[in-house]
Amino acid sequence: MRKGLSWFNTTSIALGFTFLYLPIVLLVIYSFNASRLVTVWAGFSTEWYWKLLQNDQLLEAAWVTLRVAFLSASVATVLGTLAAIALTRYGRFNGRILFSGMVYAPLVMPEVITGLSLLLLFVAVNFDRGFWTITLAHITFTMCFVSVVVQSRLVTFDRSLEEAALDLGCPPLKTFFVVTLPIILPAVVSGWMLAFTLSLDDLVIASFTTGPGATTLPMRIYSQVRLGVTPEINAICTILIAIVTVVVVIASVITKRQEVARERAERLAAAG
Amino acid sequence: MAAKAKGRWLVLAVPYLWLLVLFLVPFLIVFKISLSQDAIAQPPYEPVFDLAAGWEAFTDAFSQLNFDNYAYVLSWDNEFIEAYGSSLWIAGISTLLLLAVGYPIAYGMARAPKSIRPTLLMLVILPFWTSFLIRVYAWIGILSPEGLLNQLLIALGIINPDAPLQILATDTAVYIGIVYSYLPFMILPLYSALEKMDETLLEAAADLGCPPFAAFWKITWPLSLPGVFAGCLLCFIPAVGEFVIPDLLGGSDTMMIGKVLWTEFSVNRSWTVSAAVAVLLLLVLVIPIVFYQNVQAKEMEGR
Repeated sequence: MRKGLSWFNTTSIALGFTFLYLPIVLLVIYSFNASRLVTVWAGFSTEWYWKLLQNDQLLEAAWVTLRVAFLSASVATVLGTLAAIALTRYGRFNGRILFSGMVYAPLVMPEVITGLSLLLLFVAVNFDRGFWTITLAHITFTMCFVSVVVQSRLVTFDRSLEEAALDLGCPPLKTFFVVTLPIILPAVVSGWMLAFTLSLDDLVIASFTTGPGATTLPMRIYSQVRLGVTPEINAICTILIAIVTVVVVIASVITKRQEVARERAERLAAAG
Repeated sequence: MAAKAKGRWLVLAVPYLWLLVLFLVPFLIVFKISLSQDAIAQPPYEPVFDLAAGWEAFTDAFSQLNFDNYAYVLSWDNEFIEAYGSSLWIAGISTLLLLAVGYPIAYGMARAPKSIRPTLLMLVILPFWTSFLIRVYAWIGILSPEGLLNQLLIALGIINPDAPLQILATDTAVYIGIVYSYLPFMILPLYSALEKMDETLLEAAADLGCPPFAAFWKITWPLSLPGVFAGCLLCFIPAVGEFVIPDLLGGSDTMMIGKVLWTEFSVNRSWTVSAAVAVLLLLVLVIPIVFYQNVQAKEMEGR
């Protein structure tokens, strides 16, 4: 009966996705342009990709960025998961309002404020700025995103499974690793991935908290972008887009499979 | 039992302490520095509290704190107030544009066949995973005077080749950049609100003779309001402090407070004034941020 609306829905989805994807597609296409002028098409070429491999500064920055992202995402996942457990399981405790405030506020806090405040902290305690300060800053703001992702899984979680394990004498820590963690694992993994990409992506907070010797890839790209559009930047952007797309698609297929398997197991358990 | 209580305590204490030290304490330091004065020293402000120097030195340092930086920022002679105003304005207009663009997309997705909804959702999230900087950068190539948009319009004969559209380095480009970058943040909460809606309500309205448009206003829109609020806050708050988009797409006359803070800090090297700018920005945003926290906390507990 709402057939009259469906052309509207189709058009809005089609236009919406064109808007979301067209700029990225154009950027990828022009990374294969033979001309140095980004906007004039002069034939297919992979020249810019080869040039990238010889750009030591860029490769060095990419290596720093990957290490920061890996380390900060891993620590942030542990801290964010703990915060999520505290917020979903502990009911009311002293200081809960402050705690949940500190977990949610960084999600929307303008990056310039987070960056400036962390820098001033590092200066005040005389901490040498560089790799480690960027990592600490990234852990702090990404753990809040992890916590929200994990919380959304924990609230839909059947707690009787945990209670059964505890009643049967399983110690709490073991219960967490044997019962809780396997069930919330897809959320923990996607929390890790979110933290990882947020860290890879961050320009503002890293620029504030960095010191001599630690330049991340976004900082390097940013300083080149300010000078104008070049096919080399298009090429490095294309590589980053390709990596992220492959990782996200693989991860979502894996989570999907796990969820299907889990649902089947739950249904079998309910039937038996 | 004691071990259990200790374990429970640790689960909370570790993230709590982390956030206290690396989120709350830094704000207190920003506040303290906003009350200090610039100095040619390391660190470049004074007074510096030194607890080892004894109580007298501490109270002496304390008496040197004042609100001069705030007076400077809030004075009409300087451009800060203008920058706050124009940030709120640009963020507000962008949020309305985001709502106008995002709502039909979210609506279409929520009414799409159930089988393709997860795919559509994934397609909305995917660009969000790619770098923010890259997505903003992509627009430079499109909007610049010799860019792809102008080339297309010239090829179609719509505009004169000698007078390309000047979009890059204007506020229009900033609006486009913000709408493009924040669109997933608007679509996702709208989609989750619209998807939960019971469609039989619309059928009932139609059966009783309500035309589709009126049914939308009286049923769908009010029921989607939680999603509208969440989406608007999620876009508005960070957009006010946006730095990269106005810097790369905006012109020299695009005043946004994030950019002003950055300039004050990295070009003018005045840490104390940038701290005061940050504290005032936070005060401007405190109402929407508290509002957002409540929405989030309720959403999490309600489920």
